[in-house]
Amino acid sequence: MFRFLIGRLLQGLLVLFALYTITFFLAKAMPGEPFTSEKNVSAETKANIRKLYGLDRPIWEQYYVYPKNIITEGSFGVSTSKGRSVGDIIAQSFPNSLLLGLCALGFAVGIGVPIGVLSAVRRNSWVDWSCMAVAMVGICVPSFTIGPLLQIYFAAHVPGLKVAGWGNPQDVLLPAFTLGLVAAAYLARLTRGGILEVLSQDFVRTARAKGLSPAKVIIKHSLRGGLIPAVAYLGPAFAALISGSFIVETIFQVPGMGQHFVNAATTRDEFLLLGVSLFFGFLIVVMNLLADILTGLLDPRVRIAGQSD
Amino acid sequence: MPKENAGVTKHGSSLWKDARHRMAQNKFAIASLGVIVLMILCCFVFAWFCKDPNKVNLVNKFATPSGDHWFGTDALGRDLFARILYGGQVSILVGLIATAVSVAIGIVYGAVSGFAGGRIDAVMMRVVDTLLAIPFLVLVIVLQATLSTFSGDATNWIVENWGWNKELTGRLTNVVPLFFALGLFGWLTLSRIVRAQVLSIKEREFVEAAVALGYSKARILFRHVVPNVLGPTIVYSTLTVPGFIMYEAILSFLGLGVESPNSSWGVLIKEGANFLETEVQLLLLPGLFFSLTLFSLNFLGDGLRDALDVKASKD
Repeated sequence: MFRFLIGRLLQGLLVLFALYTITFFLAKAMPGEPFTSEKNVSAETKANIRKLYGLDRPIWEQYYVYPKNIITEGSFGVSTSKGRSVGDIIAQSFPNSLLLGLCALGFAVGIGVPIGVLSAVRRNSWVDWSCMAVAMVGICVPSFTIGPLLQIYFAAHVPGLKVAGWGNPQDVLLPAFTLGLVAAAYLARLTRGGILEVLSQDFVRTARAKGLSPAKVIIKHSLRGGLIPAVAYLGPAFAALISGSFIVETIFQVPGMGQHFVNAATTRDEFLLLGVSLFFGFLIVVMNLLADILTGLLDPRVRIAGQSD
Repeated sequence: MPKENAGVTKHGSSLWKDARHRMAQNKFAIASLGVIVLMILCCFVFAWFCKDPNKVNLVNKFATPSGDHWFGTDALGRDLFARILYGGQVSILVGLIATAVSVAIGIVYGAVSGFAGGRIDAVMMRVVDTLLAIPFLVLVIVLQATLSTFSGDATNWIVENWGWNKELTGRLTNVVPLFFALGLFGWLTLSRIVRAQVLSIKEREFVEAAVALGYSKARILFRHVVPNVLGPTIVYSTLTVPGFIMYEAILSFLGLGVESPNSSWGVLIKEGANFLETEVQLLLLPGLFFSLTLFSLNFLGDGLRDALDVKASKD
């Protein structure tokens, strides 16, 4: 297990390095200036601003200085469009995104897993089919259709809920629900598949044969093994939540990191772009690691494979 | 020539024949295929007989559905039905072409990786693992933001050098970056599938025969191995089409994708969301076409994958 984790950590570093390299060179490949909004600026002033941000140095030096500053000074640079430190922007917006993401994950697990279990237990009945049809709807109907519909048919009629905005604790509910739906749909499909796989195995037949109640067979004998695909999906699910947050934050006007990322990409704000995407990458690496550990705890085969690796 | 089998019509059941049989039994998948064919006919054939999707008529904005405007009109008095069909062209084309780009890259990459084996294979697959760990949308947004900044220059260059119509060229250069932004990172999973198939095919006798005949490695790979991988890979790629259509809509919704006067389903949903309180059909109708297409593509892809699953065939 230890060697397995070390390997995964090294791979995580490789991922961050690749993400940095791709983002850096793509940002450099964008034509034009990062300061185009400031018109009527003399060439001298422009040169000074470029110097201030270190943009006058050769590209390879910039490529190497940015990660160096992160490691040695913990500095993610200064946003060229907002004039504030990228670290500050992340520190201010990340708690909002985290709260949104965790609640969404809660909705996803709370809705997806029970539906998947129910579907598997009532396999090939109308319950199963309707559950899986609903899951497919969750995958196919985009959040930017569901979100606005929830705003007008739900938020507008339920006291205490706001159509958009951020400030009260309950404001997180609707965006989190919208964001969690897609992950819930995938979780339901994965849980169903996982449980069905376990239910067809010999030890489940044995458990049934010795007269255990159906509920006990499911809860005590099938759930642990059947949840492995769903748990392994938690890492990718988190990535999906981050991607989804770009949209949900726009719809519900949540002051989170997703908006900064999209703005940075459109305004050619390269330090903000690099900082936020590296931060996203870091979160993904950590979540994948957590999902691996959880999978290892649930599934002895993974632990043993990790040791012999 | 000896004719031992003359008059006997006994054929072995091929993989494709089995697959077709299983496919025919899957009613959901067949119905989905019908919906997709109908949708393509509507968007690419019927659309030509519709009203002009860009004709603004401010006197007749937010018209309710009628015989003249089947789905009513939008905030600028444009015919919503025509806009949905023309938007569908862009959405479906993005899905198909981005898939084609990713299939092309995925097949070459996966085939080379699997055929080379050893260290080259290990390094190439590690690169795929690394890229897969980065959220796709993060990569796509950065790539699309970079590529789309060249649209204006590309338009001017084409108009100057090739003398194309400026408006049409502008529409084209607006959409083309999307094909590549999605396709350039969309091949990762496909390359794994191709590699796995190449690994099993390269052990077969006909490859051994080709080696014995002294053919070059490149010739064996692309003339003998890849054609055998092509069919299943293209079937698998059916499942990536709805994903790309969804990503196009996400990018357009965020203002990074298709821009006016072009329309796509993502653009229409985004526009519709602005007039939600009074004109909910502006959001619902494009959303319905969009979701129905995605639904069908997913069911068809699932059905094709199940039908071709070699493990489940011929016990």
